[in-house]
Amino acid sequence: MIYTTERIHKTPGYLVLADGTSFELELISSEKDRYRGDFFVGGEVVFNTVLSGYQEVITDPSYAGQMVTFTTPEIGNYGVNTIDMESPRVWAQVVIVRNYSGIFSNYRGERSLLDLCEESNVPLVTSIDTRALTRHLRNFGALAGVVGTAEPIALQRLITNEMTTDGRDLASFVSRKEIDVHGSGPRIVAIDYGIKRSIVRYLSHRFETVVVPAKTSVEEIMAYNPRGLFLSNGPGDPAAVDYAVDQIAPVLGSMPIFGICLGHQLLARAVGAETVKLKFGHHGGNHPVGRGDGGAVEITSQNHNYAVTRESLAESSFATEVTHINLNDQVVEGFSLPAMRAFAVQYHPEAAPGPHDSLYLFEEFSKMVQGK
Amino acid sequence: MPARRDISKVLVIGSGPIVIGQACEFDYSGTQACRVLRNEGYYVILANSNPATIMTDPDFADATYIEPLDLEVLKRIIEIERPDALLPTLGGQTALNLAMELAEAKVLEEYGVEMIGASPLAIATAENRELFKGAMNEIGLRTPRSGFAHDLAGAIEVMHEISLPIVIRPSFILGGAGTGIASTFEEFVEIAQAGLDASPISEILVEESIAGWKEYELEVMRDKADNAVIICSIENFDPMGVHTGDSITVAPAQTLSDVEYQRMRDAAFKVIRRIGVETGGSNIQFAVNPNTGEMVVIEMNPRVSRSSALASKATGFPIAKFATMLAIGYRLDEIRNDITKVTPASFEPTIDYVVTKVPRWAFEKFPGVEAQLGTRMQSVGEAMAIGRTFIESLQKAMRSIELGRYGLGGDPLDRDVTEADKESLLEEVKVATPRRIFAVDEAFRAGATVDEVYEASKIDPWFLYQIKMIVEMKAEIAAHRTELSSGKSLDSILTKATLKGYKKSGFSDAQIAHLLGCSRSEVTSIRRNYGLVPGYKTVDTCSGEFEAATPYHYSGYDGESEVVSSEKKKVIILGSGPNRIGQGIEFDYCCVHASYALRAAGYETIMVNCNPETVSTDYDTSDKLYLEPLFAEDVEEVIAAEGGYDSVVGVIVGLGGQTPLRLAQEITELKVLGTSSDAIDIAEDRKRWSALCSKLGIDQPSGATVFTVSEAIDAGKQIGYPVLLRPSYVLGGRAMEIVYDEGELTAAFGRLDALAQEGGISRSGPILIDSFLEDAVEVDVDAVRDSEGGFYLGGIMEHVEEAGIHSGDSACVIPPITLSDEVQAKILVNTKAIANALSVVGLINVQYAVKDSRVYVIEANPRASRTVPFVSKATGVPLVKVASLVMVGRTLSSLHLDGTIDPTTSGGYYAVKEAVMPFSRFPTADTLLGPEMRSTGEVMGIDKTFPLAFAKAQLGAGSRLPNRGMVFLSLADRDKHAAVNLANRLVEAGLSIAATFGTAKYLEDNGVSVGTIVGKIAERSDDRADAVELISSGTVGLIINTPHGRGPRSDGYHIRSAANRHKVPCITTVSAALAATDAIREMSHSDVSIRSIQSYHRR
Repeated sequence: MIYTTERIHKTPGYLVLADGTSFELELISSEKDRYRGDFFVGGEVVFNTVLSGYQEVITDPSYAGQMVTFTTPEIGNYGVNTIDMESPRVWAQVVIVRNYSGIFSNYRGERSLLDLCEESNVPLVTSIDTRALTRHLRNFGALAGVVGTAEPIALQRLITNEMTTDGRDLASFVSRKEIDVHGSGPRIVAIDYGIKRSIVRYLSHRFETVVVPAKTSVEEIMAYNPRGLFLSNGPGDPAAVDYAVDQIAPVLGSMPIFGICLGHQLLARAVGAETVKLKFGHHGGNHPVGRGDGGAVEITSQNHNYAVTRESLAESSFATEVTHINLNDQVVEGFSLPAMRAFAVQYHPEAAPGPHDSLYLFEEFSKMVQGK
Repeated sequence: MPARRDISKVLVIGSGPIVIGQACEFDYSGTQACRVLRNEGYYVILANSNPATIMTDPDFADATYIEPLDLEVLKRIIEIERPDALLPTLGGQTALNLAMELAEAKVLEEYGVEMIGASPLAIATAENRELFKGAMNEIGLRTPRSGFAHDLAGAIEVMHEISLPIVIRPSFILGGAGTGIASTFEEFVEIAQAGLDASPISEILVEESIAGWKEYELEVMRDKADNAVIICSIENFDPMGVHTGDSITVAPAQTLSDVEYQRMRDAAFKVIRRIGVETGGSNIQFAVNPNTGEMVVIEMNPRVSRSSALASKATGFPIAKFATMLAIGYRLDEIRNDITKVTPASFEPTIDYVVTKVPRWAFEKFPGVEAQLGTRMQSVGEAMAIGRTFIESLQKAMRSIELGRYGLGGDPLDRDVTEADKESLLEEVKVATPRRIFAVDEAFRAGATVDEVYEASKIDPWFLYQIKMIVEMKAEIAAHRTELSSGKSLDSILTKATLKGYKKSGFSDAQIAHLLGCSRSEVTSIRRNYGLVPGYKTVDTCSGEFEAATPYHYSGYDGESEVVSSEKKKVIILGSGPNRIGQGIEFDYCCVHASYALRAAGYETIMVNCNPETVSTDYDTSDKLYLEPLFAEDVEEVIAAEGGYDSVVGVIVGLGGQTPLRLAQEITELKVLGTSSDAIDIAEDRKRWSALCSKLGIDQPSGATVFTVSEAIDAGKQIGYPVLLRPSYVLGGRAMEIVYDEGELTAAFGRLDALAQEGGISRSGPILIDSFLEDAVEVDVDAVRDSEGGFYLGGIMEHVEEAGIHSGDSACVIPPITLSDEVQAKILVNTKAIANALSVVGLINVQYAVKDSRVYVIEANPRASRTVPFVSKATGVPLVKVASLVMVGRTLSSLHLDGTIDPTTSGGYYAVKEAVMPFSRFPTADTLLGPEMRSTGEVMGIDKTFPLAFAKAQLGAGSRLPNRGMVFLSLADRDKHAAVNLANRLVEAGLSIAATFGTAKYLEDNGVSVGTIVGKIAERSDDRADAVELISSGTVGLIINTPHGRGPRSDGYHIRSAANRHKVPCITTVSAALAATDAIREMSHSDVSIRSIQSYHRR
């Protein structure tokens, strides 16, 4: 059977943003009484414009602490499966969709999106004007918000400052607690600030990849005698991940370093550059990134609220080079420290979900590690 | 990198006449191409034979050749104009094939013309299936198992290596013509032979059938820096086995996980790179096995296509425009996104709505043709709808297609079904037909499960489940019917929350009212009391991530509306909806010109239309575009969203054919701009019209208005046979018939009633019966009148075919060739009198029949007609512009003064319009012309004499008149007197004559020598070939066959059908045959002239 239908129950509720704007919605559940009168959950509300790949998005640990609004309206159509999990669970605080149809039809589908969300205890909400919400976030920036079943006035009182990612180290919260080793080849250490499984997969095709928890000390890292260091993606404010500077700075120059997303921001901070919060971030699978000056464009998968400033990179005491630019808004999407054999990109070359245009970066890292 | 400066003159080839598989979308893409090239400072040379296009307006190119799209003609254009480059990818398959012919004939080489956009090698690799399969294998992509054959024996050999069912696809064909699926050996032989005949290189692909797999299309663009992006993914609702042009399609893809989608995206890039399309857009089709995910590449179009037009409208990303910019040297990152104005075009659009396209067919026009869909495209038009969900967009699409539906059922055309019908309905959904989606709806209503319908139809369960939800909601609404009739109040049944739920699911008020058994106005008034009005969202390419600067809107019931109503003087233009036979590109041309003219005059123009192929739904055409159904409720809401009538100057309903006129009747107190609705009613209402003509002293054939068959019989007796029978308020002569006696009249009436029941026509209006003037010359006139009585006669068109052939199917010529000055003067006086009497403000079309120098008026239509673009092109006066300005108060005298009307031209040329028929798509249809219109498009031939212009029009329409060889004559007895004249002229021109026995005897008795005599088909004998054998032998260059009798078993039918199969030009009226023989004669000693339309109009 290539499809499965399910019975769903709907409980009316609201999303209320910190600025007082409220949206009607329905919380959906497999049993009738899952959401009672006093239910609420808070988080930073962001939107994502991918057309497919909802499962990868919500299981990406980088979304910890955030409510993800999908702009594409029909969600859940092809179900979820084991292999597309980017981590063991749903990390998004709330999954916000325009329409959840109650059927999935795809030979890869194993169970429903609702089933997965409920297993991770994450509310799935629907029947909300996701476009109006997205436009609001675009105009006013990512905001804290609360989803709940009470009246908007009551919900608004529940919003707290902790509901944004500002100043929060969420990396150590989502990171694994144990060390894992994957693959074979030259050994590298990958610091898990919220690493996606697809990154581990691409690394382990080329390296013996030792994945270590976020707060692993530089001594422990060096004890593996790695030939390269990988800095992973992850959630939250890079400025709050202050321990990373101590992990990265001492290693700089001694081995190749490759950072993705939060890893990119942390590498920048380790060389003295600054990160700032963007108005509403980049979240989608269609962002054009320019590489070099020959007009080469990569269509990239992106998910970041913070960015490295170009000026601060220029002021770094290290020689840095901006290698990739977002062509929509000129935000720095990649830089390198040629002398240090270190480079990083703000976007997601591993895609999942998204285009495969930037997979070459794993190969570049591999060549660097092998000294080619 | 800026645009290339090493080239300065670019030749663009258009797609020629509208045919099935190639419609307005190429006017849209070609128009964009011409605009880009001119904006970039290039000298643009355009070749296109279709006068009804925007692109052939003299303003869109520096030199516009409305000439046949033929190798020799193109060669002469190149000789004259010496272009530096040829852009072949914007004019469909026609332009691509012609460009390849030019390359193969070394014309491009000889004149140093560079092909830009796609190289001959890339085109050949994509188009030649053998090369394509090889290329796909090289890059590790699977294509369906298959082999090529160049003859039947070879085909059978390949067939034995693959198991049945098998798909047969001819190489180098348009829109899948000649393609079919064979399940038995007999079918295989038949389809393979037809395919070999259809392919210009006699090559077919014999291929494993993957019917039932899911079908997808990706629209890809690539620039010369090798950047590639996907503009849109499209999923077909109908599984493989139905041509994508005949499928309901949905964007974006709905049932693919990201892993599958990215794999397809990667494959698409491999394909475009391997094929070698260096700059521009391509469409790549894939099939996916729903059970395993196995993916195969079906085909690639190395050019913009119908799907790319749809993708452009679906995403807001103008593929044709950008493809042109890429072809002249830009990179994607150097082009701004039109809609956001700040982000570059080097991105992939993402959309936050669902788009559904539904095709529209015209099977009712072709009796004897089975309404079954397959791999050969048969639809003539399409409508697109945008909704926040699939359900909403599907319901909107079903009411956009204008078949009298209010949505997906829930209207008077619903068939009642019970559980007993389930099995037969499950049988019905197994076969793809135009009404399959309704059969799916009925199957669910009869209690079928998603499983059962899936097993029968292989339509993805995700789509089926959505339809099932609509069925459930309809049942939920209808369940309250008895409560309502027993006195419960409507607002207690339809609470605000329940009504909002239905509206969000795309239900129209009419649908809800029908299901509840109340009136639409009751539902509408409750809805409005609740404050439930649609919010208009914006198509912005980016799902709201960036601000949109372009107002391209669609409605929904989510709440927030993004429409900002301005304080400017606003004019709303109602478009013409999906193309159908009788209402196509000509009306879009009119709407677009009104928008251009009024924009230039300082008005804000607001377009409402749902046809994704057209220029009118290009967001650049008007100040605002609403992609909405042309359905009363949707139009009323757009008007309300624009501030209501207080803030709108008026609504233009007279330019979009019957669609807006019907809306003007349905929407009470619609503020119509120009001619009043009442004037339209006078012209349509037989009694009022006859009274008017009598008052004006204008002759008209005697006639009557009837409702019942007994009234009709009485009328027939009174008027005298033959009579012409036609329903009121139809376009294209729908269901119009000429009947010669009472028996035929009764039968014709029965057919009308049957049609009304199927929803083909409305039977609420009366039936008109007129005396039919045999052998009269028919005349069409287009004119403009202003509000002060100023009058301008646009042109008098004399039809080549005699009265009785639908004007849309008849060739016609400007200026008239046989009408005396007195007759022309009478026509002018009558037209003016009628326009005055109807207080026309804007366009009016009047048709006359002239017999024995007497001028009879047949009908008047105080609105734009199909011939307006042709008249404008022939005379150089922009009639729609004139009419639009008149509608907002300008006078004709002021337009004469400012030069808008400048009846130009030194004269000395003739312009012939010829209709293009779709018979090659319907091999079993009779090609005989009649009072019901069946042509899909038109071409224009223009030259210094009528015969030469006629010859060019024939060539443009695909009938190359022979200059030597054999002409086969088979004429009805009443036409035999003309045969002598015909045959003599042909012999004079050096052709030989073949004739059927009767015709031959008559000719020889009259001194004409007949080279070949053929036997009757029924009386086959050994010593004499019959007509069909003669035609099949390939020795006949022209057939002149006037009907002895109609019907599928007549000799005439077999002759015409053989002509159709073997693509031999076939003329079915004496008048056209005379014109053709004159043309042949003149061609034998005089060359056609190749001149740009600008040079004709120059004074």
